[in-house]
Order: sequence, then structure tokens, then C-alpha cells
Amino acid sequence: MTSIGQRIERRLPLIVVSPLFALSLFFVYGFIAWTIYISFTKSGVMPVYTLNGLAQYDRLWATPRWYVALRNLFIFSGLFISISMAIGILLAILLDQRVRAEGVIRTIYLYPMALSFIVTGTVWKWILNPGLGIERLMRQAGFEGFTFDWLVNSDYAIYTVVIAAVWQSSGYAMALFLAGLRSVDDEILKAAAIDGAGPLRVYTRIVLPSLHPVFLSTIIILAHLAIKSFDLVIALTGGGPGYATDMPATFMYAFAFQRSELGVAAASAVMMLMTVSAIIVPYLYSELRGARK
Amino acid sequence: MSRHPTGGIVRGGGPGTVALRVVLFAVLGVFCLYYLVPLFVMISTSVKSLEEIRNGTFLSWPRAITFDAWDKAWSGACVGVRCDGLQPYVWNSVMMAVPAVFLSTTLGALNGYALTKWRFRGADIIFALILFGAFIPFQVILLPMARTLGVMGLAGTVPGLILVHTVYGLAFTTLFFRNFFIGVSDGIVQAAKVDGAGFFGIFFRIVLPMSLPAIVVTVIWQFTQIWNDFLFGVSFTVGDSNPVTVALNNVVNTSTGVKEYNVDMAAAIIAGLPTLFVYVVAGAYFVRGLSAGAIKG
Amino acid sequence: MAAGIRLDKIRKSFGGTDVIKGIDLEIEPGEFVVLVGPSGCGKSTLLNLIAGLETATSGEISIGGHMVNTTPPRDRDIAMVFQSYALYPTKTVRGNITFGMQTRRIPKADQEAALQEFSTLLQIEHLLERKPGQLSGGQRQRVAMGRALVRQPAVFLFDEPLSNLDAKLRIEMRTEIKKLHQRLGKTVVYVTHDQIEAMTLASRIAVMDNGHIRQFADPATIYENPVDMFVAGFMGSPPMNMIPGRLQRDGGLYMVPDGAPAGLRFPLAETESADLDMPDGHKVVLGLRPETIFAAGSELPGPARFAFDLPVDVVEPTGPDTMIVFQINGQDLIARVRPADAQPAGSLFRFEVDMAKAKLFDAATGRRLQSGQPPKIPQA
Repeated sequence: MTSIGQRIERRLPLIVVSPLFALSLFFVYGFIAWTIYISFTKSGVMPVYTLNGLAQYDRLWATPRWYVALRNLFIFSGLFISISMAIGILLAILLDQRVRAEGVIRTIYLYPMALSFIVTGTVWKWILNPGLGIERLMRQAGFEGFTFDWLVNSDYAIYTVVIAAVWQSSGYAMALFLAGLRSVDDEILKAAAIDGAGPLRVYTRIVLPSLHPVFLSTIIILAHLAIKSFDLVIALTGGGPGYATDMPATFMYAFAFQRSELGVAAASAVMMLMTVSAIIVPYLYSELRGARK
Repeated sequence: MSRHPTGGIVRGGGPGTVALRVVLFAVLGVFCLYYLVPLFVMISTSVKSLEEIRNGTFLSWPRAITFDAWDKAWSGACVGVRCDGLQPYVWNSVMMAVPAVFLSTTLGALNGYALTKWRFRGADIIFALILFGAFIPFQVILLPMARTLGVMGLAGTVPGLILVHTVYGLAFTTLFFRNFFIGVSDGIVQAAKVDGAGFFGIFFRIVLPMSLPAIVVTVIWQFTQIWNDFLFGVSFTVGDSNPVTVALNNVVNTSTGVKEYNVDMAAAIIAGLPTLFVYVVAGAYFVRGLSAGAIKG
Repeated sequence: MAAGIRLDKIRKSFGGTDVIKGIDLEIEPGEFVVLVGPSGCGKSTLLNLIAGLETATSGEISIGGHMVNTTPPRDRDIAMVFQSYALYPTKTVRGNITFGMQTRRIPKADQEAALQEFSTLLQIEHLLERKPGQLSGGQRQRVAMGRALVRQPAVFLFDEPLSNLDAKLRIEMRTEIKKLHQRLGKTVVYVTHDQIEAMTLASRIAVMDNGHIRQFADPATIYENPVDMFVAGFMGSPPMNMIPGRLQRDGGLYMVPDGAPAGLRFPLAETESADLDMPDGHKVVLGLRPETIFAAGSELPGPARFAFDLPVDVVEPTGPDTMIVFQINGQDLIARVRPADAQPAGSLFRFEVDMAKAKLFDAATGRRLQSGQPPKIPQA
């Protein structure tokens, strides 16, 4: 004998999840579909719904600024990920050596992560300021001919973005690796001590190889940050000089909201989505499958 | 982690060990400086006069401390044409962050609970689809979102931003709570079912009181994300409804008049203070939130 | 080549808490010593001190006649098997076993020979290229043993190596470890909380409690001649029945259990405690092993038998024996009877006790009370 109340009760989980899921379907997948659709139309200032094949993609790939954005993304993510990882691993291993003030040091290494990229960009813009920043500091220290104008030099400006981003995120990599180091079974470290392995050997031969899941997730998270990086570029260089530090994220924003080229903007957004998906989907798939075991 | 289980291992002593220890602390110290110098620069510059800034370097210690720059950043600096300082925009950010954090956390908790403790057919697929939403580049939803907000009459308003942050925060909050609830024994839920409690009864009386750590982690994470957001703020608000990050960027990048670095720095501190405060007070939970981003946590 | 181990006034404290409170221990070369005790008694810490995985707060540790307090683990000529096996997850079985030899720069050919010898001995030759994650619990256990054996050290240390195995495998591996010891003749120090493991494996057992060694002796002595109530209660399963009561002189010496039914008193005339000079009413504890209480008349008559009647509370068949639970003063006591002699719960049962095997303890100090001997100080 099931009353209506019981029947509702049994479906309640689904009734609760459904609207939230519908929300997600609409705002994520519906919007993605819309953007993809627009990328195949003639849309300019206003969206147009007549299909126009791959024309917007042709235009996108014929835009020199898009290539600059891609090149910057490539340079930026390569340097950002590798430097952050290197610093993160180094600091995690050093902090793992029974350091008395570990808590304080960890707090110092990680606090930039709590700041907005806009704040980070603002302060580094001042430190890297060609007139008053590091350049002035070095000249007053006696290096008269010292010049440091990367911030306004189109060839080097992208590296200033790397400097600020590494400052903000390397502590994060440290925290992930330190958690990984701490998760290694104590008895394994004891066994290694009895086997006669010194600290260097313990890390290179035993501990780090067993952390490959941490390597993977750290790379994924940093790559994800890199591809989405928008705020920092805007705050630090504004995409300039010219569009020398443009990235796909700023490119898309500029074409969508400043130049009103909806079609090209949509096409570039789709390219970004595809790049992220190529990294994230296999990762999520393996993580979720692994979790179910 | 006060006692290191491997800390007692007998090691060969000698001067080499001491030297290594010195190098260790030297490297750790250098990196402390690396992370702290920008903070020092921010604070010291904000209390210098423009005169002092032009004559000294950014590393020099402030000679005459003045809070004029703070005063101006708070209530006098020009954001676009309006010269009321950051104050109204801080208020905007609060009005936006508080409801958005509350909504996304509550809904995420409910979602995570239903998906893990009342496993129905398709729960895994639904979770995977929701989770993907946490990783998309938001550029791909900017255009349709702007239009949708327009249709709903929320374009350029704080409630519009609340909606955006709630919807796109949901993926992360669901992930956090799902990971937490997976660790909660199913037996507890079964026992409560046998005792006659229903879906909401179990949620409010059994599960939620157990989830305080997860709630704290999620609230901190969401608050940091939403407060620090720039992309949604700059895309979906105009002028008076800007959140503080957008206002800060406008203050810094105003091209008219004299460049006031001290005001810029004071403004940057004001914009960064709430999240910095949360980090210092609840650092451990903040770290847990960060590593929960690695799915399994 | 086996080495002896000597511990001299060893103390260890963690942040002000004493875990090892002054231990002296002399282990002969080739001995199989088991450290046994409840969790938290310090047995694993003591093993870690011998291994060099913890640093002693004070006292001296010698292995093979050399003081090793400041010697790192790798130079102590020891090998260790851990509770979790502690296999290196990213290395193959081969890599796990040879890692210690690699760090010691032993020639490749010798490594290979040792690997072959011991993988054959442990029957893991077919697993050499696998990773630990692909092995069963028993196989991991064998690999962990192989990693320890292959270096042919003077001393083997085992830290609860069998506690993660299921019951059947545990018994198999127990036998295997004993065989290996008989074959190799190396000194073994073995930590366990399982008193059956201790009894079956050890040449001598050190029973530990709260940072002290209560008794260090061969298994038979530990079982038959425990120095105090702690050792007597810890060794044996089901544990020894401990009946609190008082001494009574009434013609002979008796022990009257607290709250016993009228007339129930245990005669001590023919026990090892017959001539005690304690006063009447002195508080004592009578220790009776379950196997010394049986159904009246079921064993051949002996000199020191005492029979009494009490109702059966619970019957627990185990197969070869049946445990009969009865009560004195609300305390559960266990008798081990032949299955055929068992009677259903509720019925009155005639029990017979072999008082010659009864132990008497001082209730206040826990020390064993024997006639003619001065109160014994727990032997270190």
C-alpha cells in the first residue's frame, strides 16, 4: 500500500536534483550550444541566426592578433606551469624536512592565492614599472645603465605576466605537493631508511614516482588556470603594448564586447572550449572511473 | 602533524648535516621574502606621499606615514566619472557575494547529498555533466549569458551577478559536497531511514550537522572565488553596479590626471583585504578547498 | 652469522611522555624473541629503537657487540618487515627486493644471485616483474620478507607482519616464518599483540606493559609460571579466570571468593601457596586457567582436586572443546570441558578444579604468591 506521500518521498531525490540539473543543462550546455551555433553564423554586432558555414573560423584564423594570442598562451602556459611546478616541488620537499616554523612559512607561501588577480596585477604593475620600479631600484643601487622595461616592451611583456602569475600560484603547487608528500606511508620511508637510501634517493626513487597522480592533477589545474587567464593580463598590461600580451581569453572579450564581432568571438570561445575539453574530459573520465572502483 | 613519525630516524651527523640545514633555511627564507615583498611594497607605498614615491624606490621604508591615500582610495578616487572612491563598490561586492555564496553552498549541499546518499539511476552521469561545468572556459557562455540577463531585465545589476555566480558556482559546490558525503558512511543514512526519517529529515537533522567542515571549506572557497571575480563583473555590470575588482582596475587604469601610486596600492589592499582576512583566519580550510579542486581532495 | 642484541637502561619519551621507561634486555645470537603486549605498551617503539628508526632518549643499544645508538639504520646490519609491508608502490617486485642492494652498490651479479635464491625460497619467482598493486596480501607479505632476507643481515626485525592477513594465511605464514628461522638461524625480534603468535614462534617472550618488560622467559615458563597477574592474564585464550577473594585459615588455608555462595571456598592446602604467612582476610586473586576446570570425574583422579556445583550460564562449543560459562559474584568464569560432558544452560553442573595448577596473586600488588618465597620483584 503506497500513499501519494510515500510515492513523492521516494522520488524526492530526483525532484530535488532535477531543477538544479536543468539549470546546469540550460546555463552550461544550452549556452555552449548557442555559442557554437553563433560561431557558424554571420553574426556581427547583433546575433544573426542564418548559418554561414565556417566563415567565422576562417576569419579567426586569418587574424594576426589570434596568432599572437595563441603564441602568448603557449609561452605563458609552458613557463607558468613548469616554473610553478618546479618551485612547488622544491618548496614542498624543503618544508617536509621537519621545519619548526612550517605553519608560518606555509601561510606566507600560500597567501597570494587568496588575492584577486586584479590585486596581484596592480602591485606587480607598480613593481615592474619601468620608471619607478625595479629599474629605479637598481639604478639607485649603482647600476646606472640598468634598464628593465619588459612591461612596455612588446617582445617581453608576456614574461611579466608569467612573473606575476608564478608569484600568485606557485604556493598552490607547493600545497598540493606537500599534501602528496605527507600522504606517503611512513613505513615506506622507514623501509627506505633501512634499505640505506639517503634523502635524495628517497625523494627521486621512491617518493616522487609515487606522486604521479599529484603531478597530473597539479598540471591540469595550472593548465586550466593558464587557459582561463584573463584578469591578470587585463590588470597588468591591459593586453598591451598594443595587443602584444593578448591571450585567447582577452581576445575573445575584446572581440565580443569592444569590437562587437560576435561571430569571431564565438569562434574563439569554441576553440578555447575545445582546448580545455581535450585536457579535462579524459582527466575527469579517469578520475571518476577510478573513484568508482 | 606535530609529531613526525619518521623524524626519529637516526642519521649520520657531522658538519655536512649542519651545512645542509643552513642552506635549507636560507632557501626557505629567500622564498619568504619573494612572497612577502609585494605585500610590503603595497603597504609601504600606500602610506607614502606622492612626493616620497617619486624620490625614493619602491623598496624604501616610508619616512612620513600618511593615510591620505587610504582616505582617497576609500572615498575620493575617481572610477570613471564618479569620484566616490571604492566604498560603493565594496558594498556592491558584499551585496553580491553574500547571497551568491549562501545560495550556491546550500544548493550544492543538497545536490551532493542527493547524488551520493540517494543514488538513483543516472546519478553518476548527472554528476559528471554538472562537474564539467566547473571546468569550462567561461568565455564560451559570456555572449548568451549577457543576452539572457538582458531578457530577464537583470543586465548590469547586482542581482544579475548573483544569478551568474550561483549558477556557475554550483558545479564546484556540488563537487565539494559530493566528495565529503562519499566519505560519510551510508550506514548512517540507512539507520536514519530505518528510524523513519525522510529525505529532508535526514538531510537537516543528520547529514547537515555532520558537514560543518565541508560547509566551511565551501563557503570560504566560494567567497574567495566570487569576491575575486573579474570576468563576470566586467562583462555583466556597468558603472554603478561594478564589483570592487572592476572598480579597482578602473582606478588603476584611469589615464587622466597624475598617476597616484599610493592611492592605487591602498585601493588594491582594500580590494584584497576581505579574502586575505578569511585566509589568515581560516587558512587550513582554505588549503583544503584548494586541494579539493583536485577532485578527490 | 647472527648477532646478539643488548639493551641497557633504554628510555624513550615523546614530548615529555615516557613510552619506554628503562628497559634492559639481552638477546642471544640466533634467538627468536617476541615482544608482546597490549597496544600502546611500547613494543613497536622498542623495535624502532633497535632498528634506528627512533632515537633513544637515554641508555645504550648494542648489536653484535657494537654500540649503535648513533648508527643510522642502514649500517646496523638489520632488515625489517613492516605491518603494512611498506613495499615501494612504483617499483616491481624485483626492484623492491634489490633496492637495498643497489643503494649498497652490491655487484649486479651478486644481486641477481641473491634475488634468485630468495625468490625461489619464498616461491615468488613468477611475480618478479609485477608491481605491488597487482599482488594479493599473502604475496605482498612474501615480497616484504624477500626484501628483508635478500640482504642476509645479522638481525631480522618484524613489526606485526601477519596482522593484515586473514586467519588461514596468518597460520600458514606463521609456520613459514618459523621454518625460515630454523633454516637461517638469524636473530629475530618480532613484535605482535597476538599471544598465540608469541607462544608458537618465540624461543623467548618478553611480555611488555606500559613501557616496562614484565617478564622475559621461554613460552612454557611464561604460561606456567607467570610472575604476576598481568602476564598471567595476557597469555592464554580464553584468558585465565581471575577470582577476587580473601584468605581464610580454618584448619587449613582456604581462599573465599568475594560474594561466593555459602560454603564455596577453594582449598589451598595442596597448591604452591599452601604455606603463606599472610594474615587471615588478606585480599588475594585466585587464577584458574579454563583447562584446569572440567566436568567432575571426566579426568583421571589427581591429588589436588576440588569439586563444586554451580549453574551453567552459557554454553559455547568450539569444536574440540566446549566452553562453559558460569558465574561467581556476577563475574563470568570459563571452564573448558569435553563436548560430551557439556550440559544445557540453566542446569546445575559439577565442576572439578585441579588446584595443583592454581595460581594465587596478591590483590594489591598483582604479584604471584608462592609459599616460602619472599615477595618477588618483577624481573626485568
